Amino acid sequence: MLHIYCPHCDEYREEEEFRPKGEAHIARPADPENTSDEDWGNYLFFRKNPRGLHHEQWFHSAGCRKFFNVTRDTVSYEILETYKPGQQPTVTAESRQAQASAQASNQGAAK
Amino acid sequence: MSQRNRLATGGRIDRTRPLRFTFNGVSFQGYAGDTLASALIANGVDVLNRSFKYARPRGVVTAGADEPNAIVQLGATEAGQVPNVRATQQALYDGLVAKSTNGWPNVDRDLMGVIGSLGGKFMPPGFYYKTFMSPASAWPKYEQYIRKAAGLGRSPRETDPDIYDHMHHHCDVMVVGAGPSGLAAALAAARSGARVILCDEQEEMGGSLLDSRELIDGKPAAEWAAAVVAELSALPDVLLLPRTTANGYHDHNFVTLHERRTEHLADLAPLANGRRQSRARMHKVRAGRVVLATGTHERPLVYARNDVPGNLVAGAVSTYIRRYGVVPGQRLVLSTSNDHAYRAALDWHDAGREVVAIVDARDKPDGDLVAAARSRNIRIITGSAVIEAQGKKRVTAAVVAAIDIAGFRVKGSTQELACDTIASSGGYSPVVHLAAHTGRRPVWRDDLLGFVSGGVPGQIPAGGVNGRWSLRDAIADGFECGVRAAAETGLTAGTFTLPTVAPVREGKPVALYQVPHTKAAMRAPKQFVDQQNDVTAAGIELATREGFEAIEHVKRYTGLGFGTDQGKLGNINGMAIAARVTQQSIPDVGTTVFRPNYTPITFGAIAGRHCNEFFDPRRYTALHGWHVERGAAFEVVGQWMRPWYFPRGNESMHDAVQRESRAVREGVGILDASTLGKIEIQGKDAREFLNRLYTNAWTKLEPGKCRYGLMCKDDGMVMDDGVTACLAENHFHMTTTTGGAAGVLDWMEMWHQTEWPELEVYFNSTTDHWAAMTVTGPNARKLLTELVDIDMSAEAFGYMDWREAKVAGVPARIFRISFTGELSYEINVQANYAMHVWKALFEKGAKYDLTPYGTETMHVLRAEKGFIIIGQETDGSVTPEDLGMQWCVGYKKPYSWIGRRALTRPDTKRSDRKQLVGLKPLDPQVVLQEGAQIVLDKEIKVPMPMVGHVTSSYFSPNLGHGFALALVKGGSQRIGQTVYLPMADGKIHAAEVVSPVFYDSEGARHHV
Amino acid sequence: MSEIATFNAHPTVAVRAESPLAFSRVTVATLASAQGAGVCIRERALLGHLILRGKADDAGFRAGVESALGVSLPLKMGPVSRDDGRGVSVQWMSPDEWLIVVPAGEDLATEQRLRAALSGHYAVMQVSGAQTLLELSGPNALEVLKKSAGYDFHPRNFPVGKGISTTLAKSTAVIRRTGDTQWELIIRRSFADYLFRWLLDASEEYGVFVAR
Ligand SMILES: [Zn+2]
Repeated sequence: MLHIYCPHCDEYREEEEFRPKGEAHIARPADPENTSDEDWGNYLFFRKNPRGLHHEQWFHSAGCRKFFNVTRDTVSYEILETYKPGQQPTVTAESRQAQASAQASNQGAAK
Repeated sequence: MSQRNRLATGGRIDRTRPLRFTFNGVSFQGYAGDTLASALIANGVDVLNRSFKYARPRGVVTAGADEPNAIVQLGATEAGQVPNVRATQQALYDGLVAKSTNGWPNVDRDLMGVIGSLGGKFMPPGFYYKTFMSPASAWPKYEQYIRKAAGLGRSPRETDPDIYDHMHHHCDVMVVGAGPSGLAAALAAARSGARVILCDEQEEMGGSLLDSRELIDGKPAAEWAAAVVAELSALPDVLLLPRTTANGYHDHNFVTLHERRTEHLADLAPLANGRRQSRARMHKVRAGRVVLATGTHERPLVYARNDVPGNLVAGAVSTYIRRYGVVPGQRLVLSTSNDHAYRAALDWHDAGREVVAIVDARDKPDGDLVAAARSRNIRIITGSAVIEAQGKKRVTAAVVAAIDIAGFRVKGSTQELACDTIASSGGYSPVVHLAAHTGRRPVWRDDLLGFVSGGVPGQIPAGGVNGRWSLRDAIADGFECGVRAAAETGLTAGTFTLPTVAPVREGKPVALYQVPHTKAAMRAPKQFVDQQNDVTAAGIELATREGFEAIEHVKRYTGLGFGTDQGKLGNINGMAIAARVTQQSIPDVGTTVFRPNYTPITFGAIAGRHCNEFFDPRRYTALHGWHVERGAAFEVVGQWMRPWYFPRGNESMHDAVQRESRAVREGVGILDASTLGKIEIQGKDAREFLNRLYTNAWTKLEPGKCRYGLMCKDDGMVMDDGVTACLAENHFHMTTTTGGAAGVLDWMEMWHQTEWPELEVYFNSTTDHWAAMTVTGPNARKLLTELVDIDMSAEAFGYMDWREAKVAGVPARIFRISFTGELSYEINVQANYAMHVWKALFEKGAKYDLTPYGTETMHVLRAEKGFIIIGQETDGSVTPEDLGMQWCVGYKKPYSWIGRRALTRPDTKRSDRKQLVGLKPLDPQVVLQEGAQIVLDKEIKVPMPMVGHVTSSYFSPNLGHGFALALVKGGSQRIGQTVYLPMADGKIHAAEVVSPVFYDSEGARHHV
Repeated sequence: MSEIATFNAHPTVAVRAESPLAFSRVTVATLASAQGAGVCIRERALLGHLILRGKADDAGFRAGVESALGVSLPLKMGPVSRDDGRGVSVQWMSPDEWLIVVPAGEDLATEQRLRAALSGHYAVMQVSGAQTLLELSGPNALEVLKKSAGYDFHPRNFPVGKGISTTLAKSTAVIRRTGDTQWELIIRRSFADYLFRWLLDASEEYGVFVAR
């Protein structure tokens, strides 16, 4: 049972108020008719299934009925941030990796 | 029988309140404050069960949740039967009735016992898999017999009359366990202003404080516990939950608690204040921080025949003596690897019974408790261990030998010490179950000889579970963790003085798990690791030798830690054995993952109030009361209760549907259509939004007009349909299918919020706001004319128009749309006025024999017209063209609407896709089965190519024959062909492929 | 051509209106009076309910709503704006959505006042037939809510005045705290029987009185 912060309601709510809506940031090609089959296929069918950080779309169906995005670790289930549609995540797999290596080099320097 | 093991004084039982109870048909007496186990021990009952696999007699081993043997079937009545109750956790009440779980025909003369003792050596691990594997078809029979013999408890055969419920909670700090560290943590958090929940699985809060020999602030430890509980219970933001087990720890500090509210009172929940109360309650707690103060489970040593009744873990001996005033025997031998277990011998001695010897695996034990034993002149045999117990249904002697732990061998000769009780202790395992439920692996600590929490965000282990084992340390750690927990939720800690506890010096324990025997483990008498699952040291050795080296594999092969046991006593010992045999360290062998629930929980508590009429919400229309009065048969559609048909007298469903169908075609019928999804759309871009959402065009739909629309997903497959009316230039009233309503609204919100936020449009569900009634049939206009205040003529109010009118004085929107193919009006009024309008229609409708009809007739009538139902004719793989509905697709619309691109791809244009057709069985009486597969060749050879399936099928009174809709490959090219439908009973039906429109294909009937 | 079709749902002749609970049966033991009841449940049937949509960051919109309704427009989750004397309340439902409750029969007039005061992109929709309001009160009302919903009802998180929407049993509800032990629940018509009887069932152990 996740505890999810709705960025529209500005409150934590129980998971049962929400519906998961799959991977976030899947934009419909602006000109579907002139989109390559590959790009259209990627839009329509292909989804990431990462071990680790994932950006997901959720819907606050029993609350404000608004969509928003969640950055969640699929291993620990930790939610690192939630943000509104149209916004970009501040925590990504790359940023986390960069942070981890920066920390490692800091520790190395401390020694 | 007298309570021969009961002490005259001492313990926390109330000797002035005797209670009667029955165990295996024999009546006994105990006292208020007893558990069933302590009362049975008081009465000298040694054998409580037969073991699961070998049917060996078994007695009480522990005093708590870790009990592997004393598991009983509870219940004085059939309805009140509860399986898998641990006698060590069950409070005694007057009239309690319990039976052994295992043992057939009974525990003392057990038929399987004979087989078990004969077959013991022939029943290695994997026995069931190996023996009963073939033939596979016989497994259900084997299983039935094994279950009966093994006895895993049984559920009641009658409906449970008790009620159960759930309760949600939020708190800053949830403390699990009310022992020394849990109480200290709760107190520290509460004094810091935190909202605190403290739960404990026992009858009384205090945990080990209730049987401690130590003093806190100079007073007995139990008094300190009582004072803390009193202070906590006076605070408004503290919830104390005794008899409540934290059974599951879930993500983001969500903890599920199982509170047994009446199981200490009676078989079935008694009334409270004359009212029903729930027997058990599942609490769902969302906590800021969880302080895990679950303490430790003492590990027994693994020696030969350590399962004979009279073998207990050392701490349980102290608990029975000090808490319940019972001594579980006369003459004790204690076998230990540590100082702490000496308490058992001291308590036993102080209760006036004989301690034959303390057998200590260490060469030079020297802590304070050792000194206390010496001062009582108790014999201490060092460098040794009990290697075998003697006796059948009760211990008669302990076989003791000097042992070489590192070499895993017995040194020198053995000696036999006559005794009736052997207490053992191999150390203490932190109870890390709740730290492992979310998948985090526990971490081995060599200094503790045990696993501790691997670290779970938001969870703080305190006291024993954190390896802080002395009372002094546990209390200090509890306070510290309580303060920390409160601080981490944003509160400021108050100041505290720690209570004073005299330090107790304890010597270093030695790592001892399985005790060596004079014979190799495989040939020695059975050394039990997991008594509940009858897993032996030899079994684990065999498993590793057969290649099951990872502990997860050993577990599955042997059953170690299975089921309700969850490895409480045996896991570490089992891992130690696997480690020794495979010459690895314990952490290298791995650790098993613990899963919820920590102890068994009744299904009632899981279901809570969500059962019977509340299992799933039932949704009702405003006209439901009328339908009930009229004797409608109901069908659940989604969650809606819809009239299915309205039988007259003893009419069968078939007859009622035939009558209703004829009435609509020949006179006038009425349907409660309120369940249809309705969505109100406002905004200047409403039209554009509809253009993008639907496959067809909406640009030119004028106010006053309705249009049917299809919605596809972007893969081009039909997802929903319905009629949408233009109420005004920027204002639309959309209808959806009954089942699709919520999904369509979410779908629209998703597109609007995430793809097209620039469109100025708002939607809202008005499904419940409007009640809708469909008046349909040749006499529909005549009937309505009597009730409305507008011109109903075909010229003034045409097909696919809507008009505002008053119906029986009530403002209405009337949509002239038809799902029956007849002249039809769908009257929408605000739901609060619906009943008035409905009744007025029947008043005026009497002379037309206005006939109410249900969903079944609706289906027959629409199918006669070839109208699809989403989810029946479609299944997510059907395009508008497949349905023959290309008239409803607007390829010329400028915006590439949802589904358009997919519908122009070669695959969706194939001519051999499954297409909607009608089927007319050659035998007019045949009604084809929905779902039946269609083949082209009458000569059936398996496998045969299947070309489609029946989607809808009925008998039509209007056509006089059965008819069906079907999806058939290349169906539109097969009109006139005969296809075949082989049935499960061997019959083969033949049917002609025809147009899906069976009735009034010109649409003359609704264009009147 | 008008852009929006307003609709007066109410008959001008005497017509018996039925609340969503018209056919609901009480199947638990109830008390004869509020005396000694742990929980009281009363339906405030047939009120006017409207959904307002619009742009909260548009000052003109805010001023228009406030002039039409005579109460302030809440701009985030929190206190419901109310004028109990006039029986008007406005609750924040989402960043661009508000629930307006007015006395019985005043829904159209309220809509018309809003439409007169507003311009641009907004919407007003009547939902009076779609929902009903229950008052839940008494010393044990909180326990009943805790049995039914996962929201945190502690005064620190849910002070008097606040309104939210959340799950209730297996349905949803708008929940407003109107006093220490007083609550309003706004529930959907089609789920009303289920929720009403769920609440009664959950209340039974405390002694429940159904006020008519
Ligand atoms: Zn929200």
